[in-house]
Amino acid sequence: MTGFRWAFARDLRLAWRHPGETFLVIVFFAIVASLFPLGVGAEPQVLARIGPGVIWVCALLAALLSLPSMLSSDYIDGSLEQMALSPHPMASWVTGKIAAHWSVTGLPLTLLSPLLGLEYGLEADTQAVLAAGLLLGTPVLSLLGAACSALTLGARGAGTLLALLALPLFVPVLIFGAGAAQAQASGLSPQAALSLLGAGLIFAGLAVPPAACAAIRIALD
Amino acid sequence: MNWFYFASPPTFYRLAGTLMPFFFVLAALLSAAGLYEGLWVAPTDAQQGEVYRVIFIHVPAAWMSMFLYFVMACYSGLSLTFNTRLGAMMARAVAPTGALFTFIALWTGAFWGRPTWGTYWAWDARMVSELVLLFLYFGYIALANAFEDPRRGDRAASLLALVGIVNLPIIYFSVQWWNTLHQGSTVKLTGSSMHVTMLTAMLLMTFASWMYSIAAILWRARSIILERERRTRWVRAL
Repeated sequence: MTGFRWAFARDLRLAWRHPGETFLVIVFFAIVASLFPLGVGAEPQVLARIGPGVIWVCALLAALLSLPSMLSSDYIDGSLEQMALSPHPMASWVTGKIAAHWSVTGLPLTLLSPLLGLEYGLEADTQAVLAAGLLLGTPVLSLLGAACSALTLGARGAGTLLALLALPLFVPVLIFGAGAAQAQASGLSPQAALSLLGAGLIFAGLAVPPAACAAIRIALD
Repeated sequence: MNWFYFASPPTFYRLAGTLMPFFFVLAALLSAAGLYEGLWVAPTDAQQGEVYRVIFIHVPAAWMSMFLYFVMACYSGLSLTFNTRLGAMMARAVAPTGALFTFIALWTGAFWGRPTWGTYWAWDARMVSELVLLFLYFGYIALANAFEDPRRGDRAASLLALVGIVNLPIIYFSVQWWNTLHQGSTVKLTGSSMHVTMLTAMLLMTFASWMYSIAAILWRARSIILERERRTRWVRAL
């Protein structure tokens, strides 16, 4: 647990000291989401229809964009190796890093989503379901992203490779996350999709940290 | 019997060289028989007419795409647990054939869907999960080749193959879990609802694809072994 707390605090402090980098992801999310109405036309019906999906895709891309700051920058400057030598179990500090990554990307995106929902003219209850879905789904993105970025540590063309590995694994989160908001918008119950997202979060929380640790061990070998 | 005898690349190289022609011949014979049975003997379908004959390519390819991923994951698991070089080389050899069959399944599915469903593509659960399988194969191949040190690529890609196996039950059960456009399975272990000649033709084509996969994988494994072991004495002596 000390490993978790220590890594969590360290990564949050690092993010706080590089505010530009941290805010860039959030600004990216807002800009991309604001480009779609300009591209597809601003009819309110179309926007309300595509809104949840577009916001989810933007959250996926923002999560992908911010992944290098979680593991690969530490791998490049050698601090990842030092952490692996520390007495804390690897799973604890890796989970701490994942939690810190979610606090600086997934959480702000969730808090920002009602604002973007207004841009798309979503109903209040749809926005609430969208935010609930993001709250459950973005930690899964951070978890899966951690495993994928651990696999690509030290690879040639790691950035594009990371997109190729992570985006297909993000697909279920996108389907159920956007599905929950769309179900609410069309008058159905979003409960099934939200339950599946929650189940996915529990499963990923249990299964992904060991896989990410194995990948980091391979990279540091 | 020493199970690790054939895990040594030189012995496996020779074994694969001996076995490969047999599997190619078997594949040719079985596919000739399967195509004859499927295109001449099997009757025209009452509802779909002649177009249903795509099934003799589509279903074997779809089965092989999933089965080969499973085989690839098994070899990856073997290579990670026993730290064998050959396991990872075999997994690498399986990936392109698996990706090929996944692509064939999607492509023939599109051409079958157009006349029967009226669309090339639908965002149906089974199609999406099969498409994700294709991306997983691409990701595996890209990751395996992304490192200077081939052993590092082996290990990272093996781990990815094991993680991606979550997708297989999703593809397999997608027609039961989500009630969408793609039909459920006609052939089950407890019996099938197909005409006997159709079933024979489909099974013949499945075995043909299977034998072809073994032959192609052995062939590719031989090239990978030669490439990896090019600095060893036994390769120079060849």
